[in-house]
Amino acid sequence: MEYSNKLLLKGNEAVVYGALLAGCDCFFGYPITPASEIAQTAAEKFPLLGRTFLQAECETASINMVMGASAAGRRVMTASSGLGISLKQEGVSYIATMELPCVIIDVMRGGPGLGNIAPEQSDYNQITKGGGHGGYKVIVLAPGSAQEMCDFAGLAFDLADQYRSPVYLLTDGVVGQMLESVTLPAPRPRRESPEWALDFKVNPRTNYLTSIYMEPADLEKVNIHLNEKYARIEENEQRCEEYLADDAEFIISGFGICGRVIRTAAERLREEGIRAGVIRPLTLFPFPKKAFRKHAEHAKSFVSVELNNGQMIDDIRLAIECSRPVSLVNRMGGNLVTVDDVVRHVRKLAKGGN
Amino acid sequence: MSEVVKFGRPKGFFETFERRPGSIKKNMSYCPGCGHGVLHKLIAEAIADFGIQDKTTLISPVGCSVFAYFYFDCFGLQVPHGRSAAAATGLTRANPESIVIGYQGDGDLAAIGFNAFIQAANRGENYCVFFVNNAIYGMTGGQMAPTSLLGQKTTTSPYGRNALTEGYPLKVCEMVSQLEAPVYVERVALTSPANILKARKAVRKAIKISMEKKGFAFVEVLSGCPVNLKLKPADMDKFIEENMTKYFPLGVFKDVADEREPVKRATPVYDRAKVEETLYRAMPGGNEAHESLESPLFDRELRVKIGGFGGQGVLSLGLILAAMGKYRNLNVSWLPSYGPEMRGGTANCAVILNKGAIGSPIVDSNCDLLVVLNRPSLDKYLPELGENGVLMYDSSTIKDAPKVKPGQKAIAISAGDIAEEFGNLKCANAVMLGAIGAVLTKYYLTPADAAKFQETAEAAIAECFAGKDKIVAMNAEACKLGYTKMQNAQS
Repeated sequence: MEYSNKLLLKGNEAVVYGALLAGCDCFFGYPITPASEIAQTAAEKFPLLGRTFLQAECETASINMVMGASAAGRRVMTASSGLGISLKQEGVSYIATMELPCVIIDVMRGGPGLGNIAPEQSDYNQITKGGGHGGYKVIVLAPGSAQEMCDFAGLAFDLADQYRSPVYLLTDGVVGQMLESVTLPAPRPRRESPEWALDFKVNPRTNYLTSIYMEPADLEKVNIHLNEKYARIEENEQRCEEYLADDAEFIISGFGICGRVIRTAAERLREEGIRAGVIRPLTLFPFPKKAFRKHAEHAKSFVSVELNNGQMIDDIRLAIECSRPVSLVNRMGGNLVTVDDVVRHVRKLAKGGN
Repeated sequence: MSEVVKFGRPKGFFETFERRPGSIKKNMSYCPGCGHGVLHKLIAEAIADFGIQDKTTLISPVGCSVFAYFYFDCFGLQVPHGRSAAAATGLTRANPESIVIGYQGDGDLAAIGFNAFIQAANRGENYCVFFVNNAIYGMTGGQMAPTSLLGQKTTTSPYGRNALTEGYPLKVCEMVSQLEAPVYVERVALTSPANILKARKAVRKAIKISMEKKGFAFVEVLSGCPVNLKLKPADMDKFIEENMTKYFPLGVFKDVADEREPVKRATPVYDRAKVEETLYRAMPGGNEAHESLESPLFDRELRVKIGGFGGQGVLSLGLILAAMGKYRNLNVSWLPSYGPEMRGGTANCAVILNKGAIGSPIVDSNCDLLVVLNRPSLDKYLPELGENGVLMYDSSTIKDAPKVKPGQKAIAISAGDIAEEFGNLKCANAVMLGAIGAVLTKYYLTPADAAKFQETAEAAIAECFAGKDKIVAMNAEACKLGYTKMQNAQS
């Protein structure tokens, strides 16, 4: 039988395919809307390949299962949404300190509190600034399509290994729920256990993993080491997609579903003769500061389009050191920003308004 | 294996404790009279005697034994407070060949970590747990434990533990032994030499069960903490034997080790062909099976919206259109109504087809094809129809012809009635699909593309209802019928 690697998949399904093709061994998770299809797809597909799927009893358990499996030297992933991610943060802090690689997917829903199940992007600050206790950071990728959910899963595992760090896929309910055509990559062979793993086939009994350092001098050393790593990540891993940006007077920025809306908005604005362009961050930590700085040289004004109370906008301001005005187009509570919302806003800016 | 008691430091410990910072490398950090040292020794001796040090991971909890990994010459993992059982689950599931030992105190296991613990026990995870019950919090300085005895004074129960306010001491062995999965449950005490020998036997048995992969083994160890219990080390044993064992009786609570078969876990598959077979889609001809479309219609983005009542097949009609696009090598997106809208009993979805990259997947204006199966959807979405857009509506539910703007087309098909006549009202969406095909054929498709419509529709229907052969056949038939009816109506 011949096979086609072109499938129609929801973002939440595509990320599981991408993970399995990248050699993910284990999935531990707890159901939550709008991320549940990830656990459901994993529950279906992982056992077909003899890999481990386990529905944990809670979010804290699932992240600690991730810790255990990562310590064992395996590629491991979990997924949740906002409030579930909040519960995982304790474990993520330990994992980041022990420098264990893993992949965590946050399909954001409406918050705060129990909020609702409609799409939002209000975990931005929680995830991109670290999230749990202590001064750690995590690499944050921002997929905006089912294809990217698939591809970024593989990228996330590679970055997680390279930097020995948790890597998030931070996206929203729309990208998770939307179905698109996806071209699957080729399957990759098993990633052998790294030398630091608690795996006797690699390194009998010599390794141990801990995050307690009672001596302030020792703990400071750990923090310095981690922060040097974050500086390296900031230097080397900034990623974004630029579209119509080179001569743009107005740079519109957004990630996840907003990254799609602003692409169409920029095209419409160009048709009207307004020079709009797009920077769509693909990494939220590290934030693609270099691209923003470069375009601040010619752009008059920046626009941040977000499904929250305005969180990424601060990173844009920092990136361009407040050298240009940055305005916000946002909705909250699970409502979407429309192409028209963005077009109207930029049109007004072009006429000299604020 | 040898059951002879040896003297000196067990081989399961390091000779010197190099993982321990500071200058003290020979001694453990425990207080005089503390039970941890004795229990550590029994475990260290067992893992050395059994020759499993190389593949053993001992999980250090939060509590006085947080630094257990300083001492044991095996893999060490230090975990968050109470999360030992979850981390152990991750370790043993990820690598079933490894030996995993959980070591937890009464706060770690029976308070903050009880859910993780009891769930792992209930799943029968293949690892063993040594539970140090000394009826007090040690590391934080003598606070009440879930296992503190009634009347026991601690820094957080200064008037004595009262059942009315703090509840009763938690009987963990009694609870665990009620579960189906656990293999072996015993409570021992580190008091007299006789009791320590019993503890030694229990430790070795539990580790053996892990080695034999028989599942979950649990040993509760009544242990002394003279510093926080404010007892002289000499009086410690008396407290355990006279006070603790009254409430926490010693003995075997469950032992089904002889009846249990080893747990078998699947071997992960990485073989390329097997992975492709599992994740790719079986399709004669593979990716090259379907030709692209040539009609100029597809040179720009096509925006489709479909609305109706939940249950009318609105979402699956959208899915089929999206799958058809995929089969003709277009990029497609399908976005269902999502969130509060779904609850009102109406459903809608947006489908976009584009040879290039698709921007916003939301269709809220400039709609090229609007398909509505009920009146509320017509009223709601008609304003979104674009300049030269086509409206197709089910005239079996929408009786009066909608007014559209010049340039727009409004085309009726009594999809519901036709489907009912066909024998299944659920096929109204497939009838509508056929009708769309006839409209496309008449106005937009080249003859070559038009000739591919039914074949593409059938492939897409087969994909969307994979494994349901009867439904596939019925919908393909209904699609054909819709096509013919619309063709006749148009001619």
